[in-house]
Amino acid sequence: MFAYIVKRLLIGVVTIVLVSMAIFALFWYGPSSPARPICNQETSNRCTPERLENFEEQLGYNNPIWSEYGAYVKGVFVGRTIEIGNSTIDCDAPCLGVSQRSRALVWDELIERLPATVSIAAGGAALYLLLGVPIGVAAARRRGSFADKALVSSFLFISSVPYYLFALLAWLYFTLIWDVPILGSSGYTPPWESPWDWFTGLLLPWICLGIFGCTQYTRYTRGAMVEALNEDYIRTATAKGLGPRQVVYRHGLRAALVPVITIFGIDLGVLLAGTLFTEYIFDIQGIGRWGLSATYSLDLPVVSATVLFAAIIMVLSNILVDVMYSALDPRVRLA
Amino acid sequence: MSDETTSPDDLFHEMAEQGHTAAKLDPRAKPVLTVEDLRMYFPVKAPGLVRRTVGHVQAVDGISFQVPEGGSLGLVGESGCGKSTTGRLITRLYKPTSGSMQFGGRDLATLSKRELKPVRRDVQMIFQDPYTSLNPRHTVGSIVGAPLAVHDIVPKNQIMPRVKELLEVVGLNPEHYNRYPNEFSGGQRQRIGIARALTLNPRLLVADEPVSALDVSIQAQVINLLQDLQKEFDIAFLFIAHDLAVVRHFCPEIAVMYLGKIVEIADRETLYATPHHPYTQALLSAVPDVKQAAVGGRRERIMLQGDVPSPVNPPSGCRFRTRCHLAQDICAKVEPPLLQIGPRHKVACHFAGELGKAPERPVTTGLLGVDDRGNPDASSTEPVDVELMTGSGYEDRWFDVGSRTVVSG
Amino acid sequence: MTATPSVERSGTTVSDSDPFLVVEDLSVEFPTPDGPVRAVNGVSYTLELGKTLGIVGESGSGKSVSSMAVLGLHDPKRSTVAGSIRVGGQEIVGMAEPGMRKLRGNQVAMIFQDALAALHPFYRVGAQLAEAYLVHHPKASKRDARRRAIEMLDRVGIPQPDGRVDDFPHQFSGGMRQRAMIAMGLINDPSLLIADEPTTALDVTVQAQILDLLQDLQREFNSAVVIITHDLGVIAEMADDVLVMYAGRAVEYGATKQMLTRPAMPYTWGLLSSVPDVQADTDARLIPIPGNPPSLLDPPPGCSFNPRCAHRDKVPGDLCRTTLPELLPLAAGSKHLKRCHLADPEAVYQSEVLPEIAPDLVEEA
Repeated sequence: MFAYIVKRLLIGVVTIVLVSMAIFALFWYGPSSPARPICNQETSNRCTPERLENFEEQLGYNNPIWSEYGAYVKGVFVGRTIEIGNSTIDCDAPCLGVSQRSRALVWDELIERLPATVSIAAGGAALYLLLGVPIGVAAARRRGSFADKALVSSFLFISSVPYYLFALLAWLYFTLIWDVPILGSSGYTPPWESPWDWFTGLLLPWICLGIFGCTQYTRYTRGAMVEALNEDYIRTATAKGLGPRQVVYRHGLRAALVPVITIFGIDLGVLLAGTLFTEYIFDIQGIGRWGLSATYSLDLPVVSATVLFAAIIMVLSNILVDVMYSALDPRVRLA
Repeated sequence: MSDETTSPDDLFHEMAEQGHTAAKLDPRAKPVLTVEDLRMYFPVKAPGLVRRTVGHVQAVDGISFQVPEGGSLGLVGESGCGKSTTGRLITRLYKPTSGSMQFGGRDLATLSKRELKPVRRDVQMIFQDPYTSLNPRHTVGSIVGAPLAVHDIVPKNQIMPRVKELLEVVGLNPEHYNRYPNEFSGGQRQRIGIARALTLNPRLLVADEPVSALDVSIQAQVINLLQDLQKEFDIAFLFIAHDLAVVRHFCPEIAVMYLGKIVEIADRETLYATPHHPYTQALLSAVPDVKQAAVGGRRERIMLQGDVPSPVNPPSGCRFRTRCHLAQDICAKVEPPLLQIGPRHKVACHFAGELGKAPERPVTTGLLGVDDRGNPDASSTEPVDVELMTGSGYEDRWFDVGSRTVVSG
Repeated sequence: MTATPSVERSGTTVSDSDPFLVVEDLSVEFPTPDGPVRAVNGVSYTLELGKTLGIVGESGSGKSVSSMAVLGLHDPKRSTVAGSIRVGGQEIVGMAEPGMRKLRGNQVAMIFQDALAALHPFYRVGAQLAEAYLVHHPKASKRDARRRAIEMLDRVGIPQPDGRVDDFPHQFSGGMRQRAMIAMGLINDPSLLIADEPTTALDVTVQAQILDLLQDLQREFNSAVVIITHDLGVIAEMADDVLVMYAGRAVEYGATKQMLTRPAMPYTWGLLSSVPDVQADTDARLIPIPGNPPSLLDPPPGCSFNPRCAHRDKVPGDLCRTTLPELLPLAAGSKHLKRCHLADPEAVYQSEVLPEIAPDLVEEA
């Protein structure tokens, strides 16, 4: 088990290094010079080819790519000094560079934006798991009935609406048109400043994520439950004389939860890597939005940081899922 | 009951005519397949960072036998004895660890993938499960015709007539070539699997539990079909099954396997009437018998205690000794050779003997140069007759366990 | 319920001891999109304590479905059960769930074919046994239940039961899993044990061990046992009575010795002739039953076996194709019942069938 986790972590490190190299190379060899955004900014959009040349020189884009990548990696571990335009910035380890647009340290911005994204992801995921699993179980127990069919088809309808449209409409009606109290004031306030504002500000995004995600989790749970309830061991449990609740929950759900939890682990990773639409629509300064706007402005250090962050989260959530799987299913031995 | 209803041309006799009696042995048939000292060890990897090989599953450990041309050899044993692995080795789904498999002048064990392709036409396999061994997305026509297309034997436009012919041979409606496997019953699917195996006119068919997934009334249909085909096309069978009664009916010669080894091999009459290995005796006595109804109660039988040991770390000496009621010191020290003890009878046991007449002293000491407890015996001066303990065929002399001498036939 | 002795269809009164299990005219029907499927159709049998009934048939014959009805395992929303099943005098058909639950696993227990699938993969063997004990002994402590589980594992011959009790089912061998399954079935000392193909997935030597165990336990607890199988050999060695089922109906019923030495119905003959025997004469023919079992959606008219029957030409007219034969005694007063139009099946069996399938058994007369 321990050896397995170490092995997976080593593979994860290799993955992350490869991702960082790929993203570095992508911008380096991209169609537009990576120095152009800075040049435009510094010269108030009068970036001549000579000035661009100067910036490229200063930012190191004339050096070989591997030496610049080396400097970047060195910065991550021991920190470095970065010169942009006329300013010199001390970037302590872990140095992910300096945002070309805001001139702030990428690491500091990441830390600042992380709580918002984590809040949205954790709340939304908790909600869809808590809604989706019980509804799925109930549907599976009544499979084939009118209620089951109605539920399945209405959930299919909801999940066929694009998520951004769903969230946008929710925001439009609850905030803009009806201005519902509590729900209407979306936005992020750090919980250590005001827990109530934190809660009310994120309530609508959570509900949107929760309802939308729970349609999928209902489907997963229902499917896994229907399968589990048809297993021989369910018949054995009934033949023992157990009541329906014990049969369904202790025997059926225990087995059905394994695949659901596995998908949940991956989904949570995806959410943590950035809840892009949610942050955008509800005007929350999280990691997803940050990465998107950095991509617009070709802000290489920020884009690299968000991609790396996503890669690390995915690697960790995958390992977590495997460990959970072996904890839930005694037949699985990690090796 | 009047006499005219029992006239031989009534419905029942018509059906009975199509039923076969047990297959007969042809002692002069030449071997089509000769397997010698075949071994298959699957590595066992250690968990952890460096996946060292920490041991081997000795699935098949040095077996030798022959399959006669147009005849059948049965391979029986309980789960984990290596009988299915043997089948997969012969069809080269696995590459053996060592040993040889002589077939048509070549050694199947050493052929490369490319060299194997023409040989694969001659050696085909029938699988146990008619539900999973057919691709549900292909029509029966394309399943049965696929080998023809792959081996590029007949022009494309002649594939379909051949497919229809094959379907007819196995008793299916040739007009159904366009249907999918799920439209057929279990027995019919097994017929499709048989048609596929026949497509290339094989000389040897490896049938791995061909009827055990079928309902009893259907099993007999498929066994009769296989007997028909064997007669008509002169196909040799390696028939792998756990059902001792089915094997007895289909195969005039049978090998019993235990934990990767052949423990006894003989013609049907000898093996079933006078088995000499305690495992064969236990196995045969355990089969429930319909005829017992006339007597009532259970048959007398030899109970085996416990489970089969792990093939990763099999017992020293004789592998059966941990569950054997005859076992003595010698069994742990010296592995008994598969010794020829009759014209067509070999057994691997130090205490080989008929049921209830096992000798008190090991019969093999003189041949192996050891004393009764399995320690090397320098005083032994008997010449060691190696041919009787190795080789895949039968010699015309054998070691008589009663007189403990070599006699010739 | 009633204390009056039950009456068999043949009209003979049963002995003084009331049978523990009485099944009368049992039918089980499942609605399907293509119409109702009558999986069990008018089946009756009785079973006394200490006795074993064998039910034989192929897949789809209704042998498992009829036995699951005895435990009330059919979902009333998805099936219709008609007729009467009395366990220890208590009527099961139509009984409410809570009452049914008190019976299941307590007075009536069932063991299933594939123990690996029938045991929950995520719970330890001991915990599954203890659960079966606790549900019917609500006052018992967890420690009592565990002690009882270890005791039962020991009783069914599992080595080092106090260690193996904490294993998961996949850590057991096939034979041990079936032993654990039996231990679970017997943990509450049931009076009736239903074993659905208990040894089909097992090797012969393990099968022999399990059958021995079942017989020992039956003797010890004096329970009634229903053993469902397709293997006539198992029936011959285990059962006192045999019920042969075909397409949902009982086609032959009687004492094992009588039934297997003098079978009287062509389907039973077919079962005997299509299975080779380890001790058979090698001149015996293996005669299959032609065709496949009928669809229960659209059963053939008349006798359901008639399309596959090799002896229908011996019945005058087209009786077999038009009229369903009744399940009647072979001779007046006989307990051997058969559902067949053949006038003298015994003569046909002796003079025609036996010479083909067991030439060595033909009586020289």
